[in-house]
Order: sequence, then C-alpha cells, then structure tokens
Amino acid sequence: MSGITSIHLVENALLVSIHDDVTDTEIIDLQDTLSHRISEENVRGVVLDISALEIVDTFVGRVIAQLAGISRLLDAETYVVGMRPAVAVTLVELGMYLPETKTALSLTHALSQLRRA
Amino acid sequence: MPHSSTVNILHILETDFSMIVEEWLGTQVHEGVKRSDLFSDAESRAQNAELLKSFAKGVRNAAVDGDFDLEDAAWEDLRAVLADVTKERVKRGVTPTEMATFVLALKAPLFGRLEARLNDDPASLIREVLLVTRLVDAFAIYTNEVFIAEREQVIERQREEMLELSTPVVELWDRVLTLPLIGTLDSARAQEVMENLLQTILERQAEVVIVDITGVSTVDTQVAQHLLRAAAAVRLMGAECIISGISPMIAQTMVQLGIDVGTVSTRSSIRTALADALKTVGYSIQKNRDS
Repeated sequence: MSGITSIHLVENALLVSIHDDVTDTEIIDLQDTLSHRISEENVRGVVLDISALEIVDTFVGRVIAQLAGISRLLDAETYVVGMRPAVAVTLVELGMYLPETKTALSLTHALSQLRRA
Repeated sequence: MPHSSTVNILHILETDFSMIVEEWLGTQVHEGVKRSDLFSDAESRAQNAELLKSFAKGVRNAAVDGDFDLEDAAWEDLRAVLADVTKERVKRGVTPTEMATFVLALKAPLFGRLEARLNDDPASLIREVLLVTRLVDAFAIYTNEVFIAEREQVIERQREEMLELSTPVVELWDRVLTLPLIGTLDSARAQEVMENLLQTILERQAEVVIVDITGVSTVDTQVAQHLLRAAAAVRLMGAECIISGISPMIAQTMVQLGIDVGTVSTRSSIRTALADALKTVGYSIQKNRDS
C-alpha cells in the first residue's frame, strides 16, 4: 500500500509524495493512513508533493482537496506543492480551483512557510 | 500524341511562336497591363516566351477537350511557370486583375490565327475558339489562386509572429515575473499566455506573478474569465498572482458585469503591484537621497 505513496516525517511536518501511477484505492487508503499519522505524531503541517503527478481527473482533484481538508481539521497546516503546469491547467478547466487548499512551489517553500507560522 | 482537336492550335503555336509572343505583348500594351514601369521589355518577353513554350508542351501532351484538367501532370511545367511569373509580378506590385488580364491577352493573337486558318470551316473555328478560351481562362484563374495562396501565407506568418510577440513573460526581480498583456485576449491567446506563464513559473521558481492589463483595451466577461482562470492556475502551482493595470473604466465595467475576482489581488497600477510583489519575496524599495 505505502509502496506507491510514501509518507515521511520532515522537520515537524509529514511529507506525502503521490506517485504518478497511483490508483483510486491507494489514494483512498492514503486518506486513512495519513489521518492516523497526523493525530498520532502530532505534526504541525502536511506537505502533499504532487510533482510526479502528470495526469489528474476530477476524482484525484477531489481527493487532493479532501486530503487537505482532513489535515486541516486535525490542525495541521497543509500545502500542496509541485503541481505541474499541465495539471494546474487541467484542474482549472475542470472547474476545480481548490480554493481552500494552500499551495507552494516546492517542498522548500512549503517548509519555510510552515517554519514562519 | 497530339489529339486531333489540337492539331490546328498546335500548328499555330509551333510555326508562329515568336510572332505570337510579340502580338501577346502588343495586346498587353493595348490593355494597359504590361507594366513597363515594373518590367523591362526583355523581361516581359522572356516571361511570355516561357509561358507560351510550356503552354505548347501542355497542349501536346495533355487532354484538352472533355477531360481537361489543369491539375494534370502534363500541365506541371505550365503551372510552375505560371506560379513563378505570378509571384514575381505580385512581388513587384501587379494587381490580380492586371495579372489575369495579362494572361487573357493571349487569346487575341491565337484567335486571329485560328480565324485565318479555319476561315472556310466555321464549325471547327468555333470549336477551337471555345477550346482555347477554356484553356486560357483556366490559366487566368490559376494565377488568381496563386496570388491568394501567396497572400494567405503572408497573413498566416504574421499571425504566428504576433502570437509569439504577444506573450512575453519578463523576470522583474528574483522570483517576480510580469506578463504585460496588450490588445485583445481571445481563447486561443489566453491558452497560449497561460501555458507560457506557468512554464516560466516552473523554470524560474517564481513566487509572485504580476499580470498587467494596462494594454488590454476592453475587459468583458470572457476576458475576465480567462484572466481569473490564469490566476487560479498560477495559485495552484503555488505562486501568487496580482492583476494590475485595472483602469477606473475597467473597474466600473467589471462590477457592472458582475465579475467576482474572488481572492485574486488586484491593483490599479503596476507600480503598487511591484512594491507588493517585492515585499512578498522579502525586498523593499528604499530612497537613498533626496533628488
């Protein structure tokens, strides 16, 4: 399960890397695993790295928004980082602006934002 | 293998070649389309001789009656020469009408000779005249097509150049980009602009992007939609988007149209937008001395 998507603790945040060939079941499982790890490890933030993601559909878009929503409810500031231009255009064209989700250019940017907070 | 119907015309072309060229030139002068101001006598003569030679070749080899088709391989030489001559003349400022008249002037010398040759056979004469008319008309139409194709190429090239020129993304400072938009923003251009912008954000790792619309003449709902979508995509990539250069007129229009910019920051001038952008990336502009 976690062979495809990995969760690592970086500084005081959980880094979640989503791989390109992630399946729908894996991404649902990820929601479960991630929510447990956030509450157990009491982290300050979550960084969702989607730089490997080349193709998105409405499902993946919604799951990303949900992951961010769950983390926020568990009091972890969540950043989506590394979105590719093509993915951003697709999401906008699908009408998914993800207004509630914070974004950053890269892991470095997200971590410095988290440190500042 | 010459067809029976072309024996006469072919004979005329072969025996009277140089005379026809001269007379053709004469008709052109008469019709006022020779344009001696653009082409020297020698040049015109060479062009005419070349055309007539290819014409004779085509008549000799191709079907000229029921199956006549200028696209046929036998007319290849003539098509090439016609295209060359047309391009050359157009380049020097000859109008399409003059070009067509130039070709049509060939009819007079041919008709004169056919008449002399078939004086006692009116039925054949009419048949041959019709034949020549069809051929020469087809050539004239072809020159027009060449003319239009040439113009279209120019237009297409200019359109592409304009598209390239119109989407420059400029790096103003470390991690600060600006995109000065000028002219109208249609869907095709908006797409191009957005892709270009996002790619540059990725390459330069820009944190703030200023989209300046001072040069955009009108903002309607569609243009606003494009702008807001670009801003949303920029935000999704993790950068901040500021739309600057919103004139009082445009602000009024946007509100009257009910356009909601949501959380996108807007500024009236690129000046304030730049100051804000620099602040975001950790710089400030300071005055060194009184001037």
